[in-house]
Amino acid sequence: MKKYIDTGKKDTRSGFGDGLTELGRTHPNVVALCADLVGSLKMQDFIDENPERFFQVGIAEANMVGISAGLTIGGKIPFAGTFANFATGRVYDQIRQSVAYSGKNVKICASHSGVTLGEDGATHQILEDIGLMKMLPGMTVINTCDYNQTKAATLAIADYNGPVYLRFGRPKVANFTPENQTFEIGKAVQLYEGNDVTIIATGHLVWEAVQAAQVLAEKGISAEVINIHTIKPLDEKAVLASVAKTGAVVTAEEHNYLGGLGESVARTLAMNNPAPQEFVATQDTFGESGTPDQLFEKYGLNSSAIVEKALKVLKRKKDI
Amino acid sequence: MKLQELEDFTTQVRRDILRQVHKVNSGHPGGSLGCAEFFTVLYKEVMEHNPNFDMDGKNEDLFFLSNGHISPVYYSVLARSGYFPVEELNTFRLIDSRLQGHPTTHEGLPGVRIASGSLGQGMSVALGAAQAKKLNKDKHLVYSLHGDGELQEGQNWEAIMYAAGKKVDNLIATVDYNGQQIDGSTDQVLPLGDLKLKFEAFGWEVVEIEEGNNIEHIIKGLQLAKSKTGQGKPICVLLKTVMGNGVDFMMHTHAWHGKAPSNEQLKEALSQNPETLGDY
Repeated sequence: MKKYIDTGKKDTRSGFGDGLTELGRTHPNVVALCADLVGSLKMQDFIDENPERFFQVGIAEANMVGISAGLTIGGKIPFAGTFANFATGRVYDQIRQSVAYSGKNVKICASHSGVTLGEDGATHQILEDIGLMKMLPGMTVINTCDYNQTKAATLAIADYNGPVYLRFGRPKVANFTPENQTFEIGKAVQLYEGNDVTIIATGHLVWEAVQAAQVLAEKGISAEVINIHTIKPLDEKAVLASVAKTGAVVTAEEHNYLGGLGESVARTLAMNNPAPQEFVATQDTFGESGTPDQLFEKYGLNSSAIVEKALKVLKRKKDI
Repeated sequence: MKLQELEDFTTQVRRDILRQVHKVNSGHPGGSLGCAEFFTVLYKEVMEHNPNFDMDGKNEDLFFLSNGHISPVYYSVLARSGYFPVEELNTFRLIDSRLQGHPTTHEGLPGVRIASGSLGQGMSVALGAAQAKKLNKDKHLVYSLHGDGELQEGQNWEAIMYAAGKKVDNLIATVDYNGQQIDGSTDQVLPLGDLKLKFEAFGWEVVEIEEGNNIEHIIKGLQLAKSKTGQGKPICVLLKTVMGNGVDFMMHTHAWHGKAPSNEQLKEALSQNPETLGDY
């Protein structure tokens, strides 16, 4: 079984920051905005190298979204960064009207998504943002899994013309995908080939899915693991091909099971090839203060939760 | 343009507004009529703009309508300035039309650079466009229009603080100061206080146009506003208008904010505004 090596724990937000710095050197039209969270978003290097291309808007996210939309008129490519909660729920109508409906080339870059921002608690731990963003017509929704992939995604979305929601996080997590990888928006990445069950994961849950597949292998279960970094547009072909083979699926995400990746997969299957599915996700609840590991454990978002759901869905498959 | 030509243009715009709204029995004639002179002056006299529409709008002045519900006046002036065929005004608010109830880029209507309708967002967009102009070393200006009631939306005050703090001095934001909104006068609904003092306290230059339906006064006021650009401060124009201006029974009331005239009312309103440039 292929081994994925953690080359050293890093935060996905640093992948964003380093990607942005690189864009500053290669893409003269890329500009950045932030709502008083430069340190958290790792934007300082970009700012140091391109002070005239950075807009500090203060604690005023609605204004930041509108300014971003305006900057596209004149050919700029704005990367607007703040915490996921303030980048989506707080400014839903601004994104809806001034960005999505207006078809503006704005990149909403959201750090500190999910429960893993930890001790700040539920006011800051948004678990609904994927749903909010994927419901907007024309919006591309990406949730990256590690530093390398986040950096690659940051570079890729600059060359894509259209609104994008890029979701990443705060904690230092395993960095295991290839350095300098090519990021293809909307293209699933197969991490393990398997025959018994498909595990489709996004964001921080991808590494957990890799761990889960190894545990399942020890039990004699062959799990196919797919890294879905792009939730919209979903790589339906990859999902359907895998589930046609395995006949059972577990989706895993750091998000409410309402409105997330799991529901997108369920819809795809329902319309094409229904199969038993289990959801590793939060169960329509808010988060709370704690360490990322404690929260993953309590809310059932780690590798052991994925193993448990895989065994459950395999039983359901057998019962059909 | 000569004053009479601007007057004639405005009269035709009023007819267009009334006929658009009447045909589909919906839309917002009151605020549209109140701003007919302003739009005429902006597009025919003040702005350097190119009807061969390009979204990026480099090397030309830009305009953003924040209070998108006054789309009838916007559409009429855009059409009669050459952005799209005047006959298309016939499709206002109809299915499959580029002339949506509120303006949008979504159907590709030339002249419109942002969707508006959900209030309070236009100033932020105008600020972004103004800052893009600065980055592009483009000396042209950005204009925007906002309802006075619309200033009740908090995002405006984020934008007003930002504009002054970041010295966005290539923006002229006009407030349609008619004192009316859907539920009544702004004083009844939520008093705006002293807007001049508020904008000045936030660090803006304020130009007041007391007779906001007088073409000569608007020209003078906007030229004064232009002369104040490039000096480190954003410019606010407080344009005191009369809602429903040009149709006697629609004036000085909020009643015609979002109501279409009946057949008889249309006839009466049009008789007060005889055809000048030809109806569509």
